[in-house]
Amino acid sequence: MRVNVHVNGEPMVADDVWEGESLLYVLRERLGLPGAKNACEQGECGSCTVYLDGITVCACLVAAGQAEGREVVTVEGLSEGRARRRGGAHDRNPRPDPDADGVAGPRLDRLDEVQRCFVEAGAVQCGFCTPGLVVQAHSLIASASRVPEDAEIREALAGNLCRCTGYEKILDAVRLAAARVHARAAAEDARTVPGGADD
Amino acid sequence: MDFLRPATWEDALAMKAARPDATPIQGGTDVMVEINLDKGRPTALLDLNPVAELSRWSWTAGPAPMLRVGAGVTYTRLIAELGGWLPGLAQASRTVGSPQIRNRGTLVGNLGAASPAGDGHPPLLASGALVEAESVRGTRLIPIGEFYMGVKRNALEGDELIRAVHVPPAAGPQCFAKVGTRNAMVIAVCSFAVALDLRARRAGTGIGSAAPTPRRAHAAEEFLAGELDWDGAGPVDPALARRFGELVAEAAAPIDDVRGRADYRRHALAVMARRALGWAWAEREV
Repeated sequence: MRVNVHVNGEPMVADDVWEGESLLYVLRERLGLPGAKNACEQGECGSCTVYLDGITVCACLVAAGQAEGREVVTVEGLSEGRARRRGGAHDRNPRPDPDADGVAGPRLDRLDEVQRCFVEAGAVQCGFCTPGLVVQAHSLIASASRVPEDAEIREALAGNLCRCTGYEKILDAVRLAAARVHARAAAEDARTVPGGADD
Repeated sequence: MDFLRPATWEDALAMKAARPDATPIQGGTDVMVEINLDKGRPTALLDLNPVAELSRWSWTAGPAPMLRVGAGVTYTRLIAELGGWLPGLAQASRTVGSPQIRNRGTLVGNLGAASPAGDGHPPLLASGALVEAESVRGTRLIPIGEFYMGVKRNALEGDELIRAVHVPPAAGPQCFAKVGTRNAMVIAVCSFAVALDLRARRAGTGIGSAAPTPRRAHAAEEFLAGELDWDGAGPVDPALARRFGELVAEAAAPIDDVRGRADYRRHALAVMARRALGWAWAEREV
């Protein structure tokens, strides 16, 4: 069957999709987006975490057909240097471009704050769990009205397994990203509240 | 495999009548695991995501209104939107999987799968819920105690779908407890729910993962109705709480399996039931 889905803001089409196939397989094997990782295929590890209509889900547990007409954001979509259309006549789906510096993937200055903090805090070892953790941490920080407590971070990341780091550096990265994102939001609020457009 | 996409509830019922072999899929957190791990391959998937009305909840009419939780309401939304009326169910929902699983998985999916270990079952039993099953032939309300027929078997006919589950709002403190190897992502070794009805002076119970089906502990419920000092101040009499725990354990029929041994499950149930009663009763004093 054919599946039409918006991924990272781009309309994409996957053909010859098997009816029992997962969204994860479609993203990785048919749309050239290998950021979400395939590990347990049973929702246990969180490596395949993506946004589906703004909510984080395990892409391995979404049937491809259930993504029809919906909005998916993968880890590739979080950074500014995300997937762009290359424009080839028979290349219907965009692929991530090599960057200006010739290295595949986004540059450090184009990363989302959560990604940058994972790099800065040394929260990446083998890197396999990183995309899922980044998406889930991004969701936690975006939905919280303040910097989350440690217990809230642990609960939010309870479905993302990492076998290298022992999680401490990951927690450091999430605390750092949350502090920066909320400090920036607070600074913006302080600028906009007095004499704002609604006054 | 066929992939069926009804746009409306009427379409869904017509498709299920034409294809009783079709497996309904909502959050996919059970169905997709089976397919991914090749444990079973449905002949058809009936995707209920497009039926928007299923993701709503409402109150039923009548003198004793119940919450009618649509088949598409996820655990995340149940916790956030219904936790005040259904504290036991919300507490159980918080122990389901991880945030990603709760964002997709539904309480009604738990009913459809009818695993004895499903976390939603004990609080539904303790509250006396009703399952709204519908087919092109009509609608029926199945009392929750008559819904579970065996391991992963329920009372639905081949052409029926679950549209919603009706749950009475709490009439007193409720508590859910569960034993597992860690705090998240755990299939229950065993679980227990209690719901106190302070007006009617009754307690409801539900046991999970300790019998071929989720089940109530009838003798334990009768014991509490008769012996608990419903007007008493202070904590529950320890001897009474212990006896309640024993009666709950006696109602179970567990087996040895990969998650735990039968004698451990019986022991853990007695302890959980005793503590859950104490916790629920303590909430009443606040």
